[in-house]
Amino acid sequence: MTVLVLVEQAGGTASDPSLQALTLARSFGEPVHALVIGSAADLGPFGVRVTHVAEHEAFVSYAPDAWAATVGQLADRLAASAVVAAGTERGNEVMARVAARTGLPLAANCIAVAPGPPVTLTRLRWGGSLLEEARLHSPLPLITVAPHVVPIEQAPVATEVDRFTPQLKEQELLVRVLEHVAAPGGGVSLTEAKVVVSGGRGVGSKEGFAIIEELAGLLGAAVGCSRAVTSAGWRPHTDQVGQTGTKIAPEVYIACGISGATQHMAGCKGAKRILAINSDAQAPIMLSADYAVVGDLKDIVPAISAEIRKLK
Amino acid sequence: MLTEDSRAIDTRHLGFTMSPHEECGVEEAVRIIEAHGGDSVVLTLGPSEAVEQLRDAMALGIDRAIHLQTDGQEWDGEATAAALTDAIRADEAASGRFDLIFFGNESADSGGFQVGARVAHALVRPCVTGLKRVTLEGSSLRCEQEVEGGRDVYIVPLPAVVTVKEGLNLPRYPSVPGRMRAGRKPVAVSTPSRPEPRLELVRLVVPAGQGRRAEVLGSGAAAAPAVVEVLRKAGVL
Ligand SMILES: Cc1cc2nc3c(=O)[nH]c(=O)nc-3n(C[C@H](O)[C@H](O)[C@H](O)COP(=O)(O)OP(=O)(O)OC[C@H]3O[C@@H](n4cnc5c(N)ncnc54)[C@H](O)[C@@H]3O)c2cc1C
Ligand SMILES: Nc1ncnc2c1ncn2[C@@H]1O[C@H](COP(=O)(O)O)[C@@H](O)[C@H]1O
Repeated sequence: MTVLVLVEQAGGTASDPSLQALTLARSFGEPVHALVIGSAADLGPFGVRVTHVAEHEAFVSYAPDAWAATVGQLADRLAASAVVAAGTERGNEVMARVAARTGLPLAANCIAVAPGPPVTLTRLRWGGSLLEEARLHSPLPLITVAPHVVPIEQAPVATEVDRFTPQLKEQELLVRVLEHVAAPGGGVSLTEAKVVVSGGRGVGSKEGFAIIEELAGLLGAAVGCSRAVTSAGWRPHTDQVGQTGTKIAPEVYIACGISGATQHMAGCKGAKRILAINSDAQAPIMLSADYAVVGDLKDIVPAISAEIRKLK
Repeated sequence: MLTEDSRAIDTRHLGFTMSPHEECGVEEAVRIIEAHGGDSVVLTLGPSEAVEQLRDAMALGIDRAIHLQTDGQEWDGEATAAALTDAIRADEAASGRFDLIFFGNESADSGGFQVGARVAHALVRPCVTGLKRVTLEGSSLRCEQEVEGGRDVYIVPLPAVVTVKEGLNLPRYPSVPGRMRAGRKPVAVSTPSRPEPRLELVRLVVPAGQGRRAEVLGSGAAAAPAVVEVLRKAGVL
């Protein structure tokens, strides 16, 4: 009875979503073993008895089928009782490939699990605006854990490291990262900004974003937008906040002329504080925002900028 | 709004529209065919009303459709992938191999993150996921993923399976003649039988913590000082 967790790491440090996955994995029981690809991370504080480090020359670049093959081989060798990964882009895609190879069901983006059989679980659907309670009927439960929902808990144990080399077929290296193109620098990144000022259909036009950019500039903020705006071609999709855009968690989110559709809010509900600026006092966003100013954003946004200038 | 048994969203008043990821997949398929020739097929597994999405896809330029009709019950990712794989195999046996199969990275409703990878595995074709750009280069496909700090690039030989995200392109609006033509394009209907799901939905629940009300700081430009006060308290000014 070993629970195996795929841990993603950068520079020897496990990612937060992986530590959250380790926390949830303990719901299946102990011991918990971790698999890291490439180089080790110290996981003893997080309840990991054995850290299996997979080493292979192919791991210089990411290859999802090779990762899936490695997960499968280790799960077999340990006779694992469950396999868990973070519900990140990579975690989800590797586990989908593990599921396909093993012919087993996969439950993505879980926030709670209880051992079975059958395993009972709760997972995010509709971009997190609904929860699904489900039963998973499987000899080997495959689970990914929704990022940033389960709080990380420590559970220190004595830990050891096992290094191994998986057997990889050529075909498993066909899909691999061949090149990384760095993003052009400059500007404040949407995911890292402490403040995001977003505009929606209420901004009215591409040019209308000048006042949004001005306020963002004064606050050192990133500019975001709703899907109505990207569909109209006013802003690039990289600015879109939401279920099919970017998910953000700034200190302050200022939503100007955005109605507050669930698919939009799915991208900004991690914000500490939400301020809505909307001409409609009954707009749905009034039920998710902390603060609101009612009126025309074309008056309000420049007035806020002017007020900030007075301070400087 | 949920249905009475909490097993589904009440779609009676919503209608069926394509989700953003899939719409971008359809648009990309149409653009590739426009540039390189060939033909395209759109495929869905869903209740009879889902034909609306197939017509929408054909209005954008897809040539024909396959509708795997269900009685409206949920199919899990495993069962969905198996039914789609069977339909693709049958169509390929009759009409020749697909060079490229597009999926959304994740479905808007289920968010299973798996159907594309499962179909690719069953068909023994390379699968690249979460793409924001694809470029046909001879008999290979250059695939770009948006990742922290830039883009990761993959190049895979055809035939291949890709899963894509909104932002891949800006889908066109269907033209009126496009809509008229879509009404005349063929839709092949079949009714696969639903296996017992191994990921079995028990019920859907609305998460707690909704339904609070924003504190109104004021109206119009006069509220600016109150906004600045909020920003100051939040430590961002
Ligand atoms: C599967 C799926 C995924 C989706 N993903 C996303 C996503 O990632 N991100 C996203 O944003 N949307 C997404 N959507 C779309 C979403 O459902 C909404 O259609 C969209 O968010 C609406 O954008 P909006 O609020 O700008 O426009 P609207 O809903 O039209 O709202 C405009 C608002 O502006 C206000 N307003 C108008 N004029 C003024 C003015 N002068 N001053 C102040 N206020 C004004 C109005 O009162 C209104 O509240 C998705 C939809 C689906 C089905
Ligand atoms: N019922 C279905 N009919 C057709 N395609 C589907 C269906 N369900 C999922 N897909 C495709 O598979 C992708 C991933 O779905 P999922 O694994 O549920 O997140 C979606 O974006 C669609 O492209």
